[in-house]
Amino acid sequence: MIALLVRDMRLAVRAGGGFGLGLAFFLIVSTLVPFGVGPEAAILSRIAPGILWVGALLACLLSLDRIFQLDFEDGSLDLLATAPIPMEGTVAIKALAHWLVTGLPLTLAAPGFGALMNLQSPGHYWIFITLLIGTPALSMIGAFGAALTVGLKRGGLLLSLLVLPLYIPTLIFGAEAATRGTAGLSAVTPLLMMAGITAGSVALLPFAAAAALRINLR
Amino acid sequence: MSLWEFANPVKFMALSGKVLPWVIGLAALTLIPGLIWGFFFTPEATNFGNSVKIIYIHVPSAMMAINIWAMMLVTSLIWIVRRHHVSVRAAKAAALIGVTMTVIALITGAIWGEPMWGTYWAWDPRLTSFLILFLFYLGYMALWAAIENPDTAADLTSVLCIVGSVFALLSRYAVNFWNQGLHQGASLSMDREEHVADVYYLPLLLCIAGFILLFVALVLIRTRTELRLVRLHRLEIRERMKDA
Repeated sequence: MIALLVRDMRLAVRAGGGFGLGLAFFLIVSTLVPFGVGPEAAILSRIAPGILWVGALLACLLSLDRIFQLDFEDGSLDLLATAPIPMEGTVAIKALAHWLVTGLPLTLAAPGFGALMNLQSPGHYWIFITLLIGTPALSMIGAFGAALTVGLKRGGLLLSLLVLPLYIPTLIFGAEAATRGTAGLSAVTPLLMMAGITAGSVALLPFAAAAALRINLR
Repeated sequence: MSLWEFANPVKFMALSGKVLPWVIGLAALTLIPGLIWGFFFTPEATNFGNSVKIIYIHVPSAMMAINIWAMMLVTSLIWIVRRHHVSVRAAKAAALIGVTMTVIALITGAIWGEPMWGTYWAWDPRLTSFLILFLFYLGYMALWAAIENPDTAADLTSVLCIVGSVFALLSRYAVNFWNQGLHQGASLSMDREEHVADVYYLPLLLCIAGFILLFVALVLIRTRTELRLVRLHRLEIRERMKDA
């Protein structure tokens, strides 16, 4: 399993596209929003946590189809399916690899990008915490969506349509926790709810995703 | 004779063919008088004026929008567990009706919201959850449309429907948490104290019954079409095999 994790991460980093692209996209979104809403510092600092969350979510979406697509096309997914690791384990490892190369860098970069939007002082901390807890759920839900659409030739757009509604609860609680934390209010409730979604997704969605993969490999 | 015998499409087709005209007739018999009664023979409400009459479409369609998703969840589960062919076709057939009901509920709600709240749209929990439900319906239907092999499509959409139901429910509560609303609470309940007044209640019940029957009729028609499509697909494959 560790070998699979290392392999996936190597492929993601060396093949180009997945790794840097998500971060660059996130930076561009953070740059574009001030152009759209105007440069007033007060407005920007109020919407900054929400925009950073939406930006991270979209950046995460970009690289989802790479989780299974390439392996499906060159046949390694069939090998993995017959390997002694259960399919659920494969899915979980691949989601973890996706998180390590997209979710984690986004989490680390978000407080820095916050400066572009005049994010106020406790906000950096809260954005970091909420993204750290929330992005694993995004990767896991995304892996499920990718497993559903892996057999399709042009699954990218469909993948977004399937995955984005599933992201709504995570986004609501994550952005709410970040906004409340930045405003100096108690953010424990949304933070716990989001942690619950992450824990539930990581525990249960590998089974659903593995079932979808088995159907697609039939 | 058990319910599972209708897993056999032939039996289902025979029975549904016989039942269908009756269901259509009953739907017409409840829906038409219900709507006429509601629109023309109920008084204006004190705070709502004539706009109250949109309730006869808004409430039943909103109820159906949610109930149809629940029905799709049950039929998808039956397909996953028992490979019940009629069941998954019924889920597919219901999806389009469900999305239509959702759109009707959203639009009539917007029309009603304008004179009452002064706005067509507000990010109220109920409205927002309906918009989210609409997105879930779209995703489900798009997945059906994208996959060519009918059995693969049936399996994948069933998995999506089950996972989607969990997340739709989560969204419902997340949205509640996110914003407090304008929308009133439930107008109907078993508790007599909370009802709308009887003059509005009785035609509303008739309309709800009419919408349910209309849905049953439509879903039977569409399921029959779906089953014929599957049969056609199988026949085409058989012909191609013969040629090869």
